[in-house]
Amino acid sequence: MAILEILKLPDPRLKEVSEPVERFDDELHGFIADLEETRLHGPAAVGIAAPQVGRLQRLVIIDCSTTRKPVPNHGRLVLVNPEITDWEGFELGREGCLSVPDYTGNVIRAERIKLTAQDPRGEALQFEMEGYEARALQHEVDHLDGMLFVDRLVSRRTDLFQRKVYQKGGKPRRN
Amino acid sequence: MEWQMLTLVGEDQPGIVARVTAALFDGGCTLGETSMLRLGGNFTIMMMVSNGRQSMHELIEPVAEQLHLQYHLDPIHAALHQHRVPNFQVRVVGADRAGIVAQVTGALAAEGFNILELDSDVVGSREQPVYIMTIQGYAEATLEALEAVLASAKDPDIEVNVSPIETLIG
Repeated sequence: MAILEILKLPDPRLKEVSEPVERFDDELHGFIADLEETRLHGPAAVGIAAPQVGRLQRLVIIDCSTTRKPVPNHGRLVLVNPEITDWEGFELGREGCLSVPDYTGNVIRAERIKLTAQDPRGEALQFEMEGYEARALQHEVDHLDGMLFVDRLVSRRTDLFQRKVYQKGGKPRRN
Repeated sequence: MEWQMLTLVGEDQPGIVARVTAALFDGGCTLGETSMLRLGGNFTIMMMVSNGRQSMHELIEPVAEQLHLQYHLDPIHAALHQHRVPNFQVRVVGADRAGIVAQVTGALAAEGFNILELDSDVVGSREQPVYIMTIQGYAEATLEALEAVLASAKDPDIEVNVSPIETLIG
């Protein structure tokens, strides 16, 4: 196990689109253990994405089970190749990021999402998430598409109702 | 680094920020944190500016004169990276009347609430103005304690609510 170095803005690797994970082997499991140790080492992060430590692969960890005020959540999740398939509603919330020290700001996210993913062994997973957990997942999936929350900042005075469609992050996936 | 707080106020028009910051840049000044808002049709800005090669008065005076802006410069004790993350948000919506801000912020101050951001607006129509205020700040007090103290500021025409802000770090 090891604590990995977190890439910080303006490291250009944070702007890259990550590749799908194809090998579900011991090396991947070792990396997941390191990534989780890195998440727990810093300031109370509810999520972390592989590209934040310079591994440009589609893998995230989220854990919304330890918020001050309990929120609906699925516990600690290691999600490989996560794909959001459905977005609903809008909500403004405050975010910060391990890769953007000393700054927090308001970001609009979908209130409810559906997603598919794989577990660390490659088994298919499906989830429906809402509120804070949905926000955490959207924040982490953005990292996989080379997007940071600072790319989505809105002013305090932004009218939520002007937004008709939730904009997906990143460049189109290369298939 | 030594900072001055530069305040500029005047009738709004496009290009003010560009002209002012170009003058500061040309004089070798550096900007820190800034905040610009349009208030009642007026341009207002406050900027942390570090001293450059020339006196800041010499740099700003001609631009302010051309753009018909009033300006003010104060040396300040300041530093970057002093951000505090708010943990509560207060929203106030109601019929506009004198004293709302004093009442609500007085109640919050009694609980040791430190206001980090506040903005307020009068909206609605001329006949029926509506007052909207949002406050974000930091307090050690519990949500229940803040709710209790804000209940005293409530009246039938004004809605006051407080909610915790859980900042997501990811």
